[in-house]
Amino acid sequence: MRLGRRRIVLLALVLLFAAVPPAAALLGQPFYVDLVRRVMIYAIAAVSLDLILGYGGMVSFGHAAYLGVGAYAVTILAVYGVHSALVQWPVAIGASMLLALAIGAVSIRASGIYFIMITLAFTQMLYYLGVSLDAFGGDNGMRLPMRSQFGGLIDLRNGTQFYYLVLALLVLAVLLVRRLVDSRFGMVIRAAKSNEARTRAIGFTPYPYRLAAFVISGGLCGLAGALLINHTAYLTPDLMHWTRSGELLFMVILGGIGSTLGPVLGALVLLVLENALSSWTEHWQIILGPFLVLVVLFARRGLAGLLWREERDG
Amino acid sequence: MAEPLLRVGGLSKSFGALRATDQVELEVLEGETHAIIGPNGAGKTTLIAQLAGDLRPDAGRIRFAGEDITALPAPARSRKGFARSFQITSVYRDFTALDNVALAVQAHAGHSFRFWRPARADQALRAPARAVLDEVGLGARADVPAANLAHGEQRQLEVAMALATRPRLLLLDEPLAGMGAEESQSMVRYLATLKGRQTMLLVEHDMDAVFTLADRVSVLVYGRIVATGTPAEIRANPEVRAAYLGEQE
Repeated sequence: MRLGRRRIVLLALVLLFAAVPPAAALLGQPFYVDLVRRVMIYAIAAVSLDLILGYGGMVSFGHAAYLGVGAYAVTILAVYGVHSALVQWPVAIGASMLLALAIGAVSIRASGIYFIMITLAFTQMLYYLGVSLDAFGGDNGMRLPMRSQFGGLIDLRNGTQFYYLVLALLVLAVLLVRRLVDSRFGMVIRAAKSNEARTRAIGFTPYPYRLAAFVISGGLCGLAGALLINHTAYLTPDLMHWTRSGELLFMVILGGIGSTLGPVLGALVLLVLENALSSWTEHWQIILGPFLVLVVLFARRGLAGLLWREERDG
Repeated sequence: MAEPLLRVGGLSKSFGALRATDQVELEVLEGETHAIIGPNGAGKTTLIAQLAGDLRPDAGRIRFAGEDITALPAPARSRKGFARSFQITSVYRDFTALDNVALAVQAHAGHSFRFWRPARADQALRAPARAVLDEVGLGARADVPAANLAHGEQRQLEVAMALATRPRLLLLDEPLAGMGAEESQSMVRYLATLKGRQTMLLVEHDMDAVFTLADRVSVLVYGRIVATGTPAEIRANPEVRAAYLGEQE
């Protein structure tokens, strides 16, 4: 396997992320722990999107829906007094998978622009549902009553502990998606993306495989949602706003579609740049926008394409 | 007499006023190499699309291996042993030749909801795929991305993918399309080695190849089968000569 450089980048990223809390403590800048934790949570979401976008060819413009459902699941359970992560997080993942099953069942039969519009439309519906849920903050949002509990084993109020938990989950997510795309299952969705007519002619019915990938992707993004609500401790329907879905797409495209690890880099660069530029000028989007356009134009395989050779699927 | 492997009866398909397939009757016997020839616009592509399951006929039945498959979609037909190659090369361009064939093997190795073991290390897929590549003469090119194969090699890969599904019937849609003389000859030689042990339905423009390979030939003109017979019979058939071979002198 030609994994050499990708392995190195993965290792370097893990070391870099692992070094952030002590470095921040040394520099007296705890803010960086917060920033990179957010980066890693979005990275999990971006990796989940890459599974269906990069390998399945499904351009979901509604992936923020699962971030939202994960976050709402945790908050709603917390409001009703269920605080254990061992209940909350599986429910967040399960609810996201159910939602993905429903959205996927409808959207995957369509293709191209129709697929994009259907995923977007569902997410907008959920966004407005969130806005109308007055019991859970409605438009303004609400505080998460209490962060998810691990029976005293891990304390999410402790920024460092929470940070390393997210790092561990990110590494697991990357390895899981890698494993999936190289399995028989992964080969089917990649084949169907590359050449659907041929895939059908050799005897595969792509639909159930695509739907399964869509559901797995939704579940993983739901986990990111559960992490994100614990990170911000503040629930708002903005989690599901369509611009959030766009940001996730940008992370994947910037990092490199179909590279698994690339979207992690995409999340890192996008959020760090956003942060740096916005502290420098309030018109930071004027700089970020052209930068992204340049990347798309000149680095077609994203940051991953600059760092390592990815086998291509077409 | 046993039922033919493929029996097509009364097959019709119209596009507006155009009767692209008109009451087609066709039988392919177990073990034979059956060719379909016809001038451009005779409706070969439409007929193939209906046989392969990509297009629903307006009327008529398709029976395959004793079963009515008229309503089955393409993947289900493939799983029943009806394989096809494409006229315009249709392979996974960025996968290696071996990956391409291994996928065809995988499609016939039970369901693929297997999420964990790497497919490329799976000898249950790789070994049979390698054997098929060797057989078609692409063994040395197994690890080359399909996009980097020469045109003739891609055509071989096209056939290899169909063969890897261990089909009962192999539908070859112009396997010689776009090939040079030498490549054509080598493909015809290879198909000749398959003859007898693999039932084939061959749709081809190259008359020399057809008359070399086929046990029987059906002639399609304006959506209708106007004649079926041995190559010698077809050559001698005045109707065919008039309608198709264009030898009216």
